[in-house]
Order: sequence, then structure tokens, then C-alpha cells
Amino acid sequence: MTGYEPVIGIETHVELTTQSKMFCGCAVEFGGEPNTRTCPVCLGLPGALPVPNREAIQGILRIGAALGCTIVEHSLFHRKNYFYPDLPKNYQISQYDVPICVDGMLEVDVHGETAKVGITRVHMEEDTGKSRHSSSSGRIHEAEHSLLDFNRSGVPLVEIVTEPDIRSPDEARAYATELQRIVRTLGVSDVRLEEGSMRFDANVSVRPVGQTAYGIRAEVKNMNSLRSLQRAIGYEIERQVAVLESGDEVVQETRHWDEASGVTTSMRSKEESEDYRYFQEPDLVPLQVDDAWQQAVRSSLPELPAVRRARYVAAGLDVPNAASLVDDEALGALFDAAVATGADAAQVGNWLTGEVVAFLRKEELDSAGGTGLRAADLVELSSMVADATVSASAAKDVLRGVLAGEGRSRQVAEQRDLIQISDTSLIEAEVDAVLAAHPDELQRMQSGDMKPLGYLVGQVMRATKGKADPKLVSELLRLKGVG
Amino acid sequence: MPIDIDIAKVAKLARIALDDDELAGYQEQCTLILEHAERVQSVDTEGVPPTAHAFPMVNSFRDDVVEASLDRTEVLAMAPDTEEGYFRVPAILGDDGEAST
Amino acid sequence: MTDPADLTIPEAGAALRRRELTAVELLDAVLQRAAVTEAHLHAYLTIDRSGALDAAELADATLASGATPLGPLHGIPVALKDNLCTRGVETTCSSQILAGYEPPYDATVVQRLREAGAVVVGKTNLDEFAMGSSTENSAYGVTRNPWDPERVPGGSSGGSAAAVAAGSALGALGTDTGGSVRQPAALCGVVGMKPTYGLASRYGLIAFASSLDQVGPFARTVAGAVTLLEAIAGWDPKDATSIPHDVPDFSGSLDAGVAGLTIGVVEELSSDAIEPEVRAQIGAMLDRLADRGAEIVPVSIPLVDMGLSVYYLIAPAECSANLARFDGVRYGLRVDGETTEEMMANTRGEGFGAEVIRRVLLGTYALSAGYYDAFYGQAQRVRTLMRQAFTAAYDEVDVLVSATSPTTAFRIGEKTADPLTMYYSDVCSIPSNLVGDPAISLPLGLDEAGLPTAIQVMAPALGEERLFQVAAEIERLAGFTARARLATSVVTAPGASV
Repeated sequence: MTGYEPVIGIETHVELTTQSKMFCGCAVEFGGEPNTRTCPVCLGLPGALPVPNREAIQGILRIGAALGCTIVEHSLFHRKNYFYPDLPKNYQISQYDVPICVDGMLEVDVHGETAKVGITRVHMEEDTGKSRHSSSSGRIHEAEHSLLDFNRSGVPLVEIVTEPDIRSPDEARAYATELQRIVRTLGVSDVRLEEGSMRFDANVSVRPVGQTAYGIRAEVKNMNSLRSLQRAIGYEIERQVAVLESGDEVVQETRHWDEASGVTTSMRSKEESEDYRYFQEPDLVPLQVDDAWQQAVRSSLPELPAVRRARYVAAGLDVPNAASLVDDEALGALFDAAVATGADAAQVGNWLTGEVVAFLRKEELDSAGGTGLRAADLVELSSMVADATVSASAAKDVLRGVLAGEGRSRQVAEQRDLIQISDTSLIEAEVDAVLAAHPDELQRMQSGDMKPLGYLVGQVMRATKGKADPKLVSELLRLKGVG
Repeated sequence: MPIDIDIAKVAKLARIALDDDELAGYQEQCTLILEHAERVQSVDTEGVPPTAHAFPMVNSFRDDVVEASLDRTEVLAMAPDTEEGYFRVPAILGDDGEAST
Repeated sequence: MTDPADLTIPEAGAALRRRELTAVELLDAVLQRAAVTEAHLHAYLTIDRSGALDAAELADATLASGATPLGPLHGIPVALKDNLCTRGVETTCSSQILAGYEPPYDATVVQRLREAGAVVVGKTNLDEFAMGSSTENSAYGVTRNPWDPERVPGGSSGGSAAAVAAGSALGALGTDTGGSVRQPAALCGVVGMKPTYGLASRYGLIAFASSLDQVGPFARTVAGAVTLLEAIAGWDPKDATSIPHDVPDFSGSLDAGVAGLTIGVVEELSSDAIEPEVRAQIGAMLDRLADRGAEIVPVSIPLVDMGLSVYYLIAPAECSANLARFDGVRYGLRVDGETTEEMMANTRGEGFGAEVIRRVLLGTYALSAGYYDAFYGQAQRVRTLMRQAFTAAYDEVDVLVSATSPTTAFRIGEKTADPLTMYYSDVCSIPSNLVGDPAISLPLGLDEAGLPTAIQVMAPALGEERLFQVAAEIERLAGFTARARLATSVVTAPGASV
């Protein structure tokens, strides 16, 4: 594929986790018995009218502000007209030429390089219902019937559209990952790809390197994970390059990603291009977000992932560790709380991204929130290391014990017998014994060859079951041995 | 602008099944009406904003409060066809099981 | 005594409170009237006898218990246009596509009528989905004019107008998108009023053109219309376009007269296209208003001539989307097909009548790519200019007047062949919908053929109080007491109380 440059834009749909739907009072929940969360409004019954949920508007404004968008003071709802049985009114209330947020930008890290992805617009709309198929064979194209569930109909949906700024599948994934982090941090959506509360479509085209005009693009749908987004785009780029190389033209169409076979296939080609006949929604009045409201939204934003990562790096963590603290909010919270109470930042960072992450992996936990670990444990452990109550290596054992639910840090250290021997006379006795038992090594040291020192320290440590402070042992050996 | 309605295409967009005679009749009537309505184009509206609402208002919202949904039995009782709590329709052409959004 | 079915709303309310009449007796009188007139009129699609009786009995029980305060419509039998949702009572919009449909909820205006104590008699006929000016476009048959059964009652709220004129309801609600309350009120010799857009909730009104639709009252007198409007008006949290204002007491100004007011006569609606007799009666009324101290001035609003064109772009465009939900999936008619796409198209092709299909196609075209700006976009911009022109006119005058309808009631079938001629019936009423202002139609007298003539009064947005003030004075001056032929023939029929 050398000689071609991919051009990628991503459209992301995010369902907001408000209490109630966008335009009615039905509850927003995932799953459940079909058609149990519906009312005249979200079923599109005759005579029903939409009234926008203020909290959903607040949610989209937070997303827009976090993406550096300009918040549009006067924006409008439009009707997007198309017939589809999962769309009860056969039009979707959406935004068209005057969306609520425009012109944002997201910086993403792609293998250590910063890439800037422009955000064209962020607009508010409503989700559709869901259809599924019933047929004896279970195969879609043989389905005799479709079944419709409108529980999801009318859930607040935010659409985030990028500029065609993305140049590789890795960059696409990095963008999607960072966007997911941001929305999660804002607390406005649970951003679960597998449940469809965050969904990606990718517009992919390729063009000869050096050409400024865009190639013909295909829209790729049905990516249900960040990995499949990356794979689907990778496949699509290769496919389009092959098409061009063979002298054909890429067809503008919608393509379906099949995760199992790892290919995109053309969906039914539309006989005519879509004509959505947008017009301003007469059942709704314009949105007006004045300066005061905009300021309130911006000042209420939490610390965003990029800022937080920078803070962790400044605190002494390396970039990957800083990133993993941001990715698991519970880890980050433990870190912040522990450090705020005086624990050593680098040390706590290493424990969290080392022992704790390893534990989560082993136990197949999503988040440190699922463990019994408390910030107080980290603070206690950190101070135990600082005052040499436990050694740095023993501290990791203690942490594993705490994670395993054996108790709080000091308790675990005691139970696992990891408290360092602080009584110098006891250590002196062991040092004397080891020196007595190794006359050859003693002699070499006395003649100026310090190589055996490490071995002798090891012997004392073994004799004390690792509870002696190795620094102290080393000092005593020098003093007593060499004099 | 000459009025030239592709009535079959419009009927398809509007999802209305009509036979050729009906289409021809509607084509003729719609053309007549549009030729009359076309007079609006003679008005100079340079720089004039459109009116979507006769009574100008902004920010009509509801609070984010859950209210009772309809009873499903009542909902499905209205439907022409149902199956196990779902609305049932004939096979959807070209559907891949995804949302249309 | 008078047949209770011939009482006005204030008269009946007073009689009920004086215990001269019970709500059940009043309802019986109205149902008896309907039993005779319906065979000729077909004003109703559904009469909810048992629901009405329950409500009337409850009203009597409340009266007997001495509980106060009573609602302003306590025990008053009213009719509802069949595009207003009534819980558990079939609501069809006079369309096959909604045959048998029973909404799971009441429209806000219906709920408010019930709260005000009204007894809902039933659902009245209309042009399918309120598209028409004669009630001939009903899938369930035409409604006839109580003054002459060979003639139309006007439309689209023809059933409501005919019921009030005939005495098979004391008052009624209709909906007015381009004159659908005022024009049938004019043709049936009753009072019909369209409020300021946003004054009455649209929740539960099955939409035709959302930015134009308003619910409005029918009554035999201005005072009755005021009582109905006061009951239904006011902010509704379920309608984002309803105005969040307190509703003033409209009845306070009914006796204030017109001295010192300036009344503008819209020149563009006084042309030769208005029947001479209608024009003559309006002219005579204006002279009498001048005698009462009003200043009468001509007002020219040239853009009024664009009203029909603007309306026939905006209303079909909005209806093309509003009626998209009737697809055979969740409720109403389904006509089978191999695929869902076919099923939807078949359902809509068979379920909608010709006028509805015509407007849906027209609107779909006007919104489609390449035509939007020339048609729908331009219509919305002209609409802005019309609003500005009316605002400017109201800087000079307190109210505007014109004919309500260019003609008195026309013959059934007279205008069905030519949509444009039919559309012209609304030329005087459409501007108020486009600009969102309130307007009222009230009877002036009868023409040589014995058909009612009418005048329309228009006021600026939220100017209802002034509107009713002028209307009440016109009503006093006109002294219109004639009753529809059908109503009077019933009164003298054997068995009816005289």
C-alpha cells in the first residue's frame, strides 16, 4: 500500500445516561423486557409531542466543551425524514445546519507522536428502537419477520463527527480510545461499545500520496470494539488500494464489517441517494445557550484525561503508567487520594500499575474499583517503606496480601512476617555468625576484594528471612569484616 | 423554476403505493398547485430569516425525571401484529439487524 | 320552557346552578336532538353515550353534594373534533388508516375540559386529518350543513360546527390550521375562534401542520367561546411550543364596547372575490361600529395575497412528516406486503384518502433536495415578512376585520373537482395561522338564500381580550338569533319539549 495515503473520518454515536429519555419521561436503561419502557412520545403515537430533556442538553454541552468546541448560542432541531420500522415517527429529531457544538479538536497520542483530529460538529438527536429477526433458519436474508422493541427509542444520542484528519487505523483507534476516555470522565455516558452505548462508523478513502483531492469514500459500519474499528479500517484501506491498483474505481457505498471473517462487505446498494428532507422541527423551539450557561458548563468540567496524564507525568510517572492510571478511574482515584495524604507518588504509581494491574488481569477484573484496596492501605504501606518497617520488595508482598483480602497493610505485613528487624543487636548477631561461617570470603574482603560482600549480605538476609534491612546488613558486614 | 415533478420518485420517498393512473392524476394536481404556490418566488426575501414558529420562544425543556411508561399489554393491544412482547412486521429489506441510526 | 339543547353555555350553566336543570336532563336533551339530526347531518363519528352519561351523573352528584367551586363548564355537553385524542374512545381523524384506533391517553385540552366539568358527548366528523374546507374528505361520509342539508358545513371542523349549530352539543372543540374552526363556524352560523399559536396545548391533537395547528372553541355565543377557551388555554409542560404565560380572564372586557378603538379593514380581503352580500353586511356592521365610537380605517397588507401560496407549501411539507408515522407497524390499519417496505407503502396507499395523499406528495416534493430553498425555504421567509407586515399594521389599529369566508355555505360536490377553488375558501383565514395571531368568526346575519354570513376579527398575538371585546360588541349589534333550519324543525317536531 505504499504510494497511497488513507483519509479517515469517524462518526461516533454516544447514548447519554440521563434518568429519562430525550423527549419523554420513560426510563433510560439497557436491556430488559421488550417494549416495557415506552409511552405515546417514544412510540410515535398520534398527537404526542416531544419536550427536550434539559439534562441531555447539559450532557452534550459538556462533551462539546471537553472537545474544545465552540458552543453555538442559537441552535436548532430538525426532522430527518426516512422510513424505517425502528424509527417510530419515520423521522428522527436531530440537528442539521445549526448544531449545538462546532469546531473542536482532539489531540491523540499515536505511538508517542501527537496527532490532531478536528471535530467538525457535535449534535443532539434521539436513538431508534431495535429490530431483530425471526425465521426458522435464523439467517437474516431468509427472515420471514422482524421483531421490534422500542425501549431504546428516544434515548438521548450525541453524534460526534470528525474532520477527515485521520491517516491510519492506529490513529483511528487512538482517537476512539481517547474520545471514550473523555466521555467516561465527563460521566455523561457509560460508553459501553458491546452494549452499543458508544458506536463508531468510519468514512474511509485512499488517495495517491501527494494528491490533495480526496478519493471516493466508503462508510464502514458495525464495529463493536476498538480493536474491530482498527481492523475494519485496516482491511478497508487494503481493499480500496487493491481496487485502485487493479484499475477499478472505489464505489461510494456503505460497507458492513464482519468481525468473524475480518472483511467488509457491501450492504444493499441504495437505489437512490438518501434524501432526508431536513426541515426545522416545528414541535420544538430553538436552543439558546447564552454566555453564562456556556461559562457554567466549562467551569464544571472535571480534569480531562490529557491534563490528568500530564499531571501524573509531572509527578514522576512514565507516560504508559500515567496513561493506565487515567484509563482506570478507580486506579487514578486511589493514586490521587494516596498522594494527597503524603504517600510517595512514584512508589504508589509503580505499585498501582505493577502489582495492582497484574492482580486485576489475573482476576479478570475491569477496574480497581472491584478490589478491596483503599488509598489508606497505600499510604500506610508507603510510610512503612519510608521508615524501613518493610523493605521495598516486601512491600509488594504486602500489597498482594491486601489485594487478596488478607487485611490492611500493617496487618498483612505482620501476618506474612515481613516486618523488618529494626533491632541492630539481632542483626549484629547474625552478621557475626555469617562471618564466622565464611572465613574465606572474610579474608578476601580484608585483602581489599569486596566481591564477596553481596554474597554475604544475601546469607544474612536468608538467615533473617529477608526481614533485615539489607543496607544496614551491608554496613555492618563492612564494619565488622574490613574494620 | 419549471415545475417538473418525478411523481413516482416522490411517492416512493413518501412510501405510498400508487398505480400509474393514480400517479398521473397526482402529478397533474400537484403541478397545478405548485405553479400557483410558485408565486412566493416573486417576493424579495434577500436577507430575511425564515419563520418556523409564529410565536418566538427559546429553551422549552423538561426536567430529567422518570415518569411511568405505558403498560405493555395496552401498547401491544393497538398493534396489527405482535410476537412475545415485540411488534411484528414482515421481513425488513436489506436489514442487517442494526439500528438505522 | 326552551329545549335545553337550545340553551347557550352561560344559560345552561346558570340553569344547572339554579337546579332548574340537571346535567343528565341536559345531556338527554342533547342526545335526543342528535338522535333526530344525525340522520340528516352526520356531525358525529362516535357518540359516547355511556361515557357522557357517567360524566353527567357525576356532575349532578357534585351539584347535589353542594361541593364548590364548580368548574366553569360543569355539566355542559361538548363535542370534540375526531383529531383530538380521547382515552379509550375511538379517534380516527376521519381516516381509514386509524379505523378502530383507541388512544391510550387524553389530549391536554380534553383533560382540561373534563377538569372544568364538561360532559364529552362524542367525536365529530372532519376532513381526513383536517385537510379540507368542506368535511367532504372524510372516509366516513360527508357532514351536512344544518341550515341546508344540500350544502357543506365548511371544514375541516365541519362536524363540530354542525353539532353546535344543530344543538347536538352546546359547545365544541375544533382545530384550526388554515381556518378550519373559523370557516365552518361562518358557514354554520356559530362563533368559532382560533387562539394565539401556543395558547392552547397541542398535546394529543393529531398533527396536520405543527407550526399552524391550534385548538379552538365553537359556541353559539362569544361568551360561550370565551368560557371554553379559558378552560383549555394555558401552558402545558407536554407541549414545548405552548406559551408559558398565565392566561388572563378573557371575559372581563366583553361589555367594554368599542368606543375609542381603531378597527382596520384589510383591503386585500375585501375584494370582488368576496361575495357581494357578505361584503355588504360587513360594511353595514362597520358603520354601526363607527356609530359606537370606533374609528374604522382601511389597512393594506399586500403580502396577504401570498397567504395561500405560502400556506400550500408550509402545511403540506409539515404534514408529509407528521403523517409518516402512519405506517402499519404499531397501530392502525395494516395492508400486508412481502416486506415491511411494501407493507408500509400498501398501508399508506390504501389507508389515506386522495386529498391527504395529494398533500403528502406535495410536501415531500417541496422538501426534497434541490427544491427546498425555492419552495419551503422561500415560504418561511415570506412568512417572516407577513408577520412583520401584521405587526406594523397593529401599530396603527387595535384589531383587523375581514370576511371569514369568501362565500356562504356552498353545495356538496361544488368544489371537489378543483383543489385550487376549494383551497380559496381559506383565503381570509390563512393569514392568522401563518402569523400566529388570534382570530374569531361570528355570524352577522343571513343572505338571501337563508344562509349565515360572517365576519372575522383578528388581533395581535395574545390579544384575545381585545379580540373578544370587539367580537362581543359585534354580536350585540348583529343580534343574530336565527336558528339553523334543522335545529328549529326539531324543536317543533312532535315529542320535543317546546
